[in-house]
Amino acid sequence: MHPAPSIIFFTVASGLGFGMMFWLGIGAPTVIGFNAFLFYLVAYALAVGGLISSTFHLGNPQRALKAFTQWKTSWLSREGWLSVVTLSVIGLYAIAEIFFYTRLIPLGFLGAVLALASVFATSMIYGQLKTVPRWNQWTTPVVFLAMSLGGGALLAGQILPAIVLIVMAAIAVILAWITGDKAFDRAGHTLSSATGLGTDGAVRAFEPPHTGTNYLMKEMVHVIGRKHATKLRVIGMILFALLPVVLLLLSANHVTGAIAAVSHIAGALTIRWLFFAEAEHVVGLYYGKR
Amino acid sequence: MTQLPTSTEKKLGLVIDLDTCVGCHACVVSCKGWNTENYGAPLSDQDAYGSAPVGTFLNRVHSYEIQPDQGPAQLIHFPKSCLHCEDAPCVTVCPTGASYKRVEDGIVLVNESDCIGCGLCAWACPYGARELDQAEGVMKKCTLCVDRIYNENLPEEDRQPACVRTCPAGARHFGDFSDPDSNVSKLTAERGGMDLMPDQGTKPVNKYLPPRPKDTWEDIDILAPLLEPVAENAGGLLGWLDKTLEKL
Ligand code: SF4
Ligand code: SF4
Ligand code: SF4
Repeated sequence: MHPAPSIIFFTVASGLGFGMMFWLGIGAPTVIGFNAFLFYLVAYALAVGGLISSTFHLGNPQRALKAFTQWKTSWLSREGWLSVVTLSVIGLYAIAEIFFYTRLIPLGFLGAVLALASVFATSMIYGQLKTVPRWNQWTTPVVFLAMSLGGGALLAGQILPAIVLIVMAAIAVILAWITGDKAFDRAGHTLSSATGLGTDGAVRAFEPPHTGTNYLMKEMVHVIGRKHATKLRVIGMILFALLPVVLLLLSANHVTGAIAAVSHIAGALTIRWLFFAEAEHVVGLYYGKR
Repeated sequence: MTQLPTSTEKKLGLVIDLDTCVGCHACVVSCKGWNTENYGAPLSDQDAYGSAPVGTFLNRVHSYEIQPDQGPAQLIHFPKSCLHCEDAPCVTVCPTGASYKRVEDGIVLVNESDCIGCGLCAWACPYGARELDQAEGVMKKCTLCVDRIYNENLPEEDRQPACVRTCPAGARHFGDFSDPDSNVSKLTAERGGMDLMPDQGTKPVNKYLPPRPKDTWEDIDILAPLLEPVAENAGGLLGWLDKTLEKL
């Protein structure tokens, strides 16, 4: 699949923002007054910034409000609702903490659950697609949730949970790579199953329907990036987990924390880039590609 | 609404005969022609006369080669457009309700004034039947020429999809699959019409008729026994040539 920068930024940033909201919602850390303001500023900048970025790839963003109508069937619509409700609930909770020095604990927990539900809904936009076998497995929601919780803990300054969850997220990502590499073949899709022509012999794509490219090939048959996939996986893992965890274990202060956060986010962006670039859509088969 | 109807009154769709299609792309051109001038946003092209032209098409013809274990390879032309699936994943993923399946005839359509151009429905379709128009930013797909088939302003014989009307080989058939006596149902039954990617669970309405078995090499050579060489060991000049060439 085409790794669109707006979508990569959206999923990573909103995941981190909602992850932070989860930790703030459960009172880890417990913040009030100006201190709280700073934490919520970062969380909202990430979550809202990500959501705004997601509208950049729309053909007609001026109609985006219509996306709230089909929550009964569409994960994209559900994600919209859950995001808005989470932002409102955590918003009320934050206002109480910042301006009234009061902690509305049940509201915070509700917001925390909603924040995770939003991340889950985002993951299911991809996880539901049978057409992309690498995404259509249980690892997709697990990876999204673990990355969000780990990164959120790091940004919320929860050192121990951050270390544990980032390691767990890294394991989930590696598992997703291992199972994902075999997912397409496991789903059994081939050019002969796609065309139904395989019964009399070997099928080969002889001639594409057009000499140039098209929307489908640009969007869904992205083969360029996969060349360096292995290297990027290693780099991504070092930045995402190894460096931040080692830094935090050596000495957890503001400087190492900041370096760990920057490295972690760069790693998360790399891993998310691979999530898209390595995903193969079954339509590629019709073009003799994967 | 993006909830799929539990059943539709009719199941309009196409039968595409892979045995008969000659790959002329006339259906591609007539589809683009009709649909760029009629229902919804035109099908735009970008850089149409430049070095890297791209454009929106609702029907595209692929070509595949089958190499059997014995005998010559076969070339199969393979037109592909929306199959108007009964369990259309493109409809349920749509966040706006722009994508829908009609209860009256099962046609899958996009209401362009609701479409935000998110592209998710194109990702959900296994067949590559939806393309986001790059000029209008809305999703385009085969409408089964909904503006022809019910159009009383057109002569009776033109009230079928443009691709079917135009196909010079008679490789495309339009009809109602819910009626077991319709032309398309009969053709499907007689010729073993098949679904594309049945494992995706989309239950396509359109059916593809597989290519018929071809003649074999041997059958063609009725005269071959009469033309067998009379002398196996050539002598004289030919024998000398043969031996000399062998030695080289
Ligand atoms: S062929 Fe694709 S676009 Fe058409 S109904 Fe089926 S899934 Fe939807
Ligand atoms: S591109 Fe349009 S029709 Fe397709 S899912 Fe998005 S809003 Fe719906
Ligand atoms: S017009 Fe008919 S013969 Fe020509 S490519 Fe289309 S289906 Fe095949």
